[in-house]
Amino acid sequence: MVTLQQYLILSAVLFSIGLLGALTRRHAIIVLVSIEIMLNAANLNFIAFWRFAPHPENLHGVLFTLFSIAVAAAEAAVGLALVIAVYRFNKSPDLEKMNSLHE
Amino acid sequence: MSHISPILLTALIPLFPLAMALTIALLKPAWSRAAAGLALLGLGVSLVLSLYVLNISLHEPLQYGAFTWLQTGPLHIDFGVLLDPLSASMLAMVTFIGFLIFFYSSSYMAEDPDCSRFFCYLSLFAAGMLGLIISNSLLLLFMCWEIVGLASYLLIGFWYQKPAAAAAAKKAFITTRIGDLFLFSGLLWAFKDGGTLLFYNHGAGLLEADPVARLAGLPLPVFGLSTAAAISLLIFGGAVGKSGQFPLHVWLPDAMEGPTPVSALIHAATMVAAGVFLVARTYPLFVADSTALTVVAWIGGFTALLAGLIAIAQNDLKRILAYSTVSQLGMMMMGLGVGGISAGMFHLLSHAFFKALLFLGAGSIIHGCHGEQDIRKLGGVARAMPLTTVCYLCGTFALCALPLGSGYFSKDEILLAAWQHNPGVFWLGAIAAFCTSFYMTRQLCYVFPGAHRSPGHPHESSSRIIAPLVILSLFALAFGGIAKRLGILEYLDPGFKAPEESSLVMMIGLGLALGGVLTGYLIYGLKPLTVDVPDALTRPLGPLYRFLQNRACIDELYDCTVVRLWVELAALTAGVEFALQAATGFVVAGTREISRNLAFNTDRILIDQWSFDGLCKVVRGGGFLSTRGQTGQLQDYLRCIALGAVLLGWLTWWTLARG
Repeated sequence: MVTLQQYLILSAVLFSIGLLGALTRRHAIIVLVSIEIMLNAANLNFIAFWRFAPHPENLHGVLFTLFSIAVAAAEAAVGLALVIAVYRFNKSPDLEKMNSLHE
Repeated sequence: MSHISPILLTALIPLFPLAMALTIALLKPAWSRAAAGLALLGLGVSLVLSLYVLNISLHEPLQYGAFTWLQTGPLHIDFGVLLDPLSASMLAMVTFIGFLIFFYSSSYMAEDPDCSRFFCYLSLFAAGMLGLIISNSLLLLFMCWEIVGLASYLLIGFWYQKPAAAAAAKKAFITTRIGDLFLFSGLLWAFKDGGTLLFYNHGAGLLEADPVARLAGLPLPVFGLSTAAAISLLIFGGAVGKSGQFPLHVWLPDAMEGPTPVSALIHAATMVAAGVFLVARTYPLFVADSTALTVVAWIGGFTALLAGLIAIAQNDLKRILAYSTVSQLGMMMMGLGVGGISAGMFHLLSHAFFKALLFLGAGSIIHGCHGEQDIRKLGGVARAMPLTTVCYLCGTFALCALPLGSGYFSKDEILLAAWQHNPGVFWLGAIAAFCTSFYMTRQLCYVFPGAHRSPGHPHESSSRIIAPLVILSLFALAFGGIAKRLGILEYLDPGFKAPEESSLVMMIGLGLALGGVLTGYLIYGLKPLTVDVPDALTRPLGPLYRFLQNRACIDELYDCTVVRLWVELAALTAGVEFALQAATGFVVAGTREISRNLAFNTDRILIDQWSFDGLCKVVRGGGFLSTRGQTGQLQDYLRCIALGAVLLGWLTWWTLARG
């Protein structure tokens, strides 16, 4: 039997991997992928809490997760479009070159 | 028009020229014909009004109005308008002669580029003079008196490019200012002790019986004078300045630097008569104490004689007339001093006509002879300018007091009164009368007969110049006799008592006048005069002649006394100023050194470097440091967010763990 704690630990590991990737990788696409991993960690949390909640017959957690995946898809689409636009502008997917925010 | 009060009409008289003066001042300078027209229009209206109020005044001798001009606490200063025989006759005379002279000027000055300015000043002068005449308040009179003085200054210095004219204007202004100081002191004193400055105010005015008696009853600790005498002497001081009496007469001959119509209007006919008018106006104060009148008579007599003598040795056409004016003003003062208002004022009125005539005639001669004023270089004018000559002769005739001329009647009155009241003064006046005929004959002999003695040909002036001369000639000849027959003496002074006719006095006066003419003719008229030969009197009179030629050395006397004193005082004050300046310079330099040190040490270092600059540096450094975190690297930001989230999570856990 898989317990709630194990789910949560998996979710935290996933989130940490995603966070580490988002914070350290320099390639924009990899960062985007890492963000997706973090989102999925959150989704895993939703599902786990719903599964072990007192009333699993209410489909709250599933619905939340469905919405979250939809939002993540939209976000990935927007993010990819942005990355492409930036790539066209910078001729590089390197995030370190995108430092015009400090100006 | 009858329903308008005569006082209101009188008050309007000076306002027309004033309005015209303002209008002309706003005109374009090039519109000289418009300026002349406006000035003539303004004075013309005044002339009509003056004749109208003169007519009223013949029936109602004394009318006045007053209003409060200024009120401070219990003090109130009143202004007012006065219409009495004195002002009515002066109004008529001033506006009439003024109108003729304005008319004359419109032709005489037509070529001058500053013609508009000239008419502006003339109108201003007319306004001041008329205001002076009608004022019922000593202060208002004084104000107009100063306007008149200002206009005189502006007009004498009209050709200010000429240094002589500028100097003459300054001299006139400063000299008359000395007299005005006396007048102003008298005014203040009258206000202090008399309580009012109004001349007539229902029994409370300065010139009415009660206040005069009160002033006459106030003795002064010094000189044994009464206050009335002191005030009247101070007022007379003003008149001395304005009317060119000795010792302040020096400005009047120099004033001839102005354009000739100005000499005629201001320095012969009207303004210089203002002093005489002032004495006549305040006559009740003078009468209250005979001391003042005696002073007036002696000053007048002495001035008449001195100026008459000086005139003998002058060579400038206008300057001779100027001294003649001084002399005649002395006669008027003498008349006031010995004979009352009538004698002095009658001579003033008749003199105004013939002296204006003489000056305008002189202007015509100068105009015709291309600006030549030296009588030695003139000559032969009679043939070239017959009309001017005839008019000039009429004026001379009247001035010399030959029988049936204007001057004959008025001067006769003065001499008669002097004979009865003050024989000493009488002889001064009599000799002055002799001088008058003598210098006028001398002038005639130089100017009119013979051949012209300078290059160029004299030519007769235009009809617009001649017309006023002709009108004035008629008045010069006829005014005295007719006015006397019509009772002008009784009109001017209702209390006038004709002095006893004395055939002796008449004989003396006539004899001296004719004697002067005859002597002059014998000396100057018999053989033709030339430029080079010195004056016939040079040798017999010797140093006396040179003394007179130098105008009795009075200017030199003033130069080495008063002027010298001022120069010395100026040098002294310059020295004091230098010392003060050195002292202040030292203090300033010391203070500057001290403050520079302070500035460097405290301000520069303490305030600037440490406080202000230091603070700035800290702030800037802080700002610089704080911007270091802003790298623009998205992932740096994310790291911060992550760090924050971790901290937040740890904080939550910690809080929950504690319970």
